[in-house]
Amino acid sequence: MSEQIVTARNLARHYEVKQGFLSAPATVRALSDVSFDLRPGQTLAVVGESGCGKSTLARLVTMIEEPTGGELRIKGEAVTRDHWASLRSSVQIVFQDPYGSLNPRQRISTILQEPLKINRPDMSAEERDRLAREKLALVGLRPEHYDRFPHMFSGGQRQRISIARALMLDPAILVLDEPISALDVSIQSQILNLLVELQERLGLAYLFISHDLSVVRHFCDDVIVMYLGRVVEQGPSKEVFANPRHPYTKALISATPRAVPGSGRKRIKLQGELPSPMDLIEGCPFAPRCWRVTDQCRKSRPELSGGAHGIACYNPED
Amino acid sequence: MSLLEVRNLTVEFATSAGQFRAVEGVDVTLDKGEVLAIVGESGSGKSVSMLAVMGLLPWTATITADRMAFEGRDLREITPAERRKIIGKDIAMIFQEPMSSLNPCFTVGFQIKEALRQHLGLDRKARHNRAIELFEQVGIPAPEKRLNVFPHQMSGGMNQRVMIAMAIACNPKVLIADEPTTALDVTIQAQILDLLLELREKNGMALALITHDMGVVAETAERVAVHYAGQKVEEQPVAGLFGRPYHPYTAALLAALPERATSRILPTIPGVVPGQFDRPAGCLFAPRCAHASAICQTRPPLPRGADEGHARCHTPLLPDGKTVAAPIEEVSQ
Ligand SMILES: Nc1ncnc2c1ncn2[C@@H]1O[C@H](COP(=O)(O)OP(=O)(O)OP(=O)(O)O)[C@@H](O)[C@H]1O
Ligand SMILES: Nc1ncnc2c1ncn2[C@@H]1O[C@H](COP(=O)(O)OP(=O)(O)OP(=O)(O)O)[C@@H](O)[C@H]1O
Ligand SMILES: [Mg+2]
Ligand SMILES: [Mg+2]
Repeated sequence: MSEQIVTARNLARHYEVKQGFLSAPATVRALSDVSFDLRPGQTLAVVGESGCGKSTLARLVTMIEEPTGGELRIKGEAVTRDHWASLRSSVQIVFQDPYGSLNPRQRISTILQEPLKINRPDMSAEERDRLAREKLALVGLRPEHYDRFPHMFSGGQRQRISIARALMLDPAILVLDEPISALDVSIQSQILNLLVELQERLGLAYLFISHDLSVVRHFCDDVIVMYLGRVVEQGPSKEVFANPRHPYTKALISATPRAVPGSGRKRIKLQGELPSPMDLIEGCPFAPRCWRVTDQCRKSRPELSGGAHGIACYNPED
Repeated sequence: MSLLEVRNLTVEFATSAGQFRAVEGVDVTLDKGEVLAIVGESGSGKSVSMLAVMGLLPWTATITADRMAFEGRDLREITPAERRKIIGKDIAMIFQEPMSSLNPCFTVGFQIKEALRQHLGLDRKARHNRAIELFEQVGIPAPEKRLNVFPHQMSGGMNQRVMIAMAIACNPKVLIADEPTTALDVTIQAQILDLLLELREKNGMALALITHDMGVVAETAERVAVHYAGQKVEEQPVAGLFGRPYHPYTAALLAALPERATSRILPTIPGVVPGQFDRPAGCLFAPRCAHASAICQTRPPLPRGADEGHARCHTPLLPDGKTVAAPIEEVSQ
């Protein structure tokens, strides 16, 4: 389908890690069997516990790393190493840490122009300068900020600078790896508003990684819920939040704290051990912590099924 | 007597552009077994004020306070040896950036065992067992294996849990937790918060929780302090703060929550926090405040009484949350 700007089919990324001098290397299955489509103007959220492979997925989509399995297509082209250079400018990433991701010794002007210097070496200095100033204005910063250093900005302003830098090459896709979790609520909403506005104006597609389900619910069209490197539930965010079917999704939603003191809600408490991605698990990865577990779940892994709102579970909630 | 008592804390940094005041006139009181949340603007001095208590600020920082006492003893007057016994053991901190506070050259197991050796003098076997127990408590899978890995081999959230395990290793009396759960998914977050509250029940540990997550505040804290531009601008019991904020900044912060959103575009606070060179003469929030009057521009407000949330404000909000009474000085003119 030409309408999709990103298609991922059964993406996987496994790492070999050494465990001491003598023992055989172990395999970390950071990501397995992830499939999704992303259209222009659409926001796809990826949620899930820490270490479930969200950043790994972000690194594959931004071509920082190569998948060890599956297929990734961007703008209809298969993503292979020899296509990286030509495709890379269409996908840009914004990282969580607004402090660490900007070089403290470079002025904002230099930071913004750098992607152009690398990817468009033929562009004139005047043109680079003009584009950098244009993007600075686009993210709501002022012309006098142009020659300042990163430490002179607040966390929210730095995150705007990171977004401006990501927009320098006019990407079609922005990967946002927890872009707002380090920021206070009022700045979070500024950044979210900025992203909404940019999406409406430029038709950007977002892959939005977040731990904050109240933000995902507010902001995203579709959602992927991952557990230990695999998708356990996937579908339109409205439906997934209204009718979560995988027990892990249900636990996530029920554990999301609400800004209402003394609401005295009951949340689902997960018992049991969190498996390590180094273990080879036969059954459902969530089985050791699941309250609906049966023998079948321990023996074989349920596949993702169910069409538009898919779940990987033998005994889903109804 | 409070466990921790800080009065009129001010911290200034020497920068190439002159003195920069990061914390101004902040009071902190923490009783045994109490949970205080500290929220507010990024860069408003939440971390710096707690690092000042820990004595962990760089030499460029000048700290002044009328009082800075732990269990009645002023932390600035005790000997370095006594200090080392308290800091890291009785007062522990979970730092905001786990990656930069773990040493990349040592395995995480070595680092946690070293803390146990220094403060509790446990033997090898006891240290090993305690380290595993702690890793289990903070939800690190396969703890035995994880002891031998280096920080860069783990995800951000896993490192954060190592930091938490290290902070609670010596059963502190005061735990300062600076954004302890930002990198964790909500089920693990819930588990960690339960663990911290359990330590409070069991050991009477007091908890100062710095966070941007208002949901966590609502469900965990008893008292909430709101910071803006280096000052504490409001402090209330948790129900009051969410139900009836007095300071316009607090109200604006709550209005920005996606949870309370009525449209895709969220309410925000116009303008930016004042910088080093444009600090207003009057109220620091006045340039961004929808309710500022003439006096707010010229005279810095003092904290009001407890019945008005200690709000540093000339024109605290009325119960409807939208309007303010005219400041007294203007009425009497
Ligand atoms: N270079 C690597 N070598 C070995 N293992 C790795 C490597 N990079 C990541 N991993 C492992 O892969 C898994 C997934 O990591 P990833 O960073 O994608 O998690 P995440 O979902 O982004 O977590 P968080 O929410 O904590 O950021 C983790 O178990 C991590 O330890
Ligand atoms: N070593 C330093 N030298 C100069 N300024 C500093 C130093 N450390 C912190 N600051 C400044 O002090 C102010 C307060 O910083 P602090 O880290 O306490 O903010 P915070 O309230 O914890 O913010 P956040 O919510 O983003 O963590 C900031 O403006 C920061 O830039
Ligand atoms: Mg990550
Ligand atoms: Mg901080």
